[in-house]
Amino acid sequence: MTAVSLSEAASGVPTLPLKPRADLIVCPRCDAVFALKRPENGQRAVCQRCATVLITPRRKAGLQIIALSVAIVILILGAAFFPFLSVHAVGASNSVSIIDAALAFSDGPLILLSLATAALIFLIPLCRVLLSLYVLVPLVADRPPARHAARAFRLAETLRPWSMAEIFAIGCAVAVIKISDLADVTFGPAFWMFAALVVLVVVQENFICRWSVWNALSTRRKS
Amino acid sequence: MERVEHTAKIVTARQLGLVACQRCQQVWPQEVDRCTRCGHRLVGRDRKSLQRVWAFWVIGLMCYVPANLYPMLQTRTFFYTQRDTIIGGAIELVHYGSYAVAAIILFASVAIPIGKFLAIAFLAVSVQRPSSVSKGQRQMLFEVVEYIGRWSMIDIFVVAILSSLVQLNVVVAIYPGPASLFFALSVIFTMLSAQAFDSRMIWDADDA
Repeated sequence: MTAVSLSEAASGVPTLPLKPRADLIVCPRCDAVFALKRPENGQRAVCQRCATVLITPRRKAGLQIIALSVAIVILILGAAFFPFLSVHAVGASNSVSIIDAALAFSDGPLILLSLATAALIFLIPLCRVLLSLYVLVPLVADRPPARHAARAFRLAETLRPWSMAEIFAIGCAVAVIKISDLADVTFGPAFWMFAALVVLVVVQENFICRWSVWNALSTRRKS
Repeated sequence: MERVEHTAKIVTARQLGLVACQRCQQVWPQEVDRCTRCGHRLVGRDRKSLQRVWAFWVIGLMCYVPANLYPMLQTRTFFYTQRDTIIGGAIELVHYGSYAVAAIILFASVAIPIGKFLAIAFLAVSVQRPSSVSKGQRQMLFEVVEYIGRWSMIDIFVVAILSSLVQLNVVVAIYPGPASLFFALSVIFTMLSAQAFDSRMIWDADDA
């Protein structure tokens, strides 16, 4: 459903100096200006020029995101420490957790890569979920925003492209195929947790309407 | 739902003397230089955007060369030690008959990185001189590059899983090679290069 609820902005409006313009919305991709009109829940506001989605409000989105986030935190912690995959070949066997996989690059300069891998597949996704809980819980509970909530949400947004749990999941699939003729591979409990986790992360991502969160943060602060 | 009945003339924030925060979308007059809602610095058009795009692009390309020359994986068994580069490993897989996996690896670690270098270079050049490719298509290309850039890390993760998992004492053991570091750096720098690109520049030719 694409519903455009934005009409052409009146041009040449004189502005009071140094006040934000709450009546306008600007497309972040192409800089087009529109008069702001909130779409109904379940509809979307789309930029007329470049079709970037601007606002996607959903009913009860906040509560759903919080529920998903709590589930994600539990799954991340579980998936990190339980055995993840194990191999058996000619009498020898080995099983690893996700932390072991991240720390595989442990000699010499490759240690940097270990730290980066651990961050990308484990620390950054966890950090983003915790930050979004910190921002959203007070908003959904109808309280004033938490201290530094704006800074927290901004950090969560900056980290977004660097959260790579779902890519790691595909990497697992490729690795398992690669060694399947070398050795027997069995999946541990963490593997299934991680599979569920990836789905939840993607769903949670799509539920968050960034414009609505920022709007809630700024209107609550004034009151 | 209809998109819109009348084709309205699009006005940009710059023409109205406004600037939108690139982080939280708050709209400010051009004189303001920091968004008080989220603390992000406000820039009407990022003049240094292209310089940063090219700087990260060059570093990414420089890292991509050793990533292909050095071995990505070392496999040690009873009898031999084998060192595989990215392309060598894919050829190996073809010999074993797993064409699908070889195709995935070639696609993720050769086709995507090279395509990404070409696409970013094209976008950066196209905002400075007239281009025959429409703005909508270039915008889409930018979004594809931004989306797909992260997926090149798949190769690094495969190496990480293989070398932690396949440690079966004397029978067989896999170790990461130096190429993995260069490949990861190359992916990270091309992602930074794409993020530095200010997509509003694609549309600026409209307003002139």
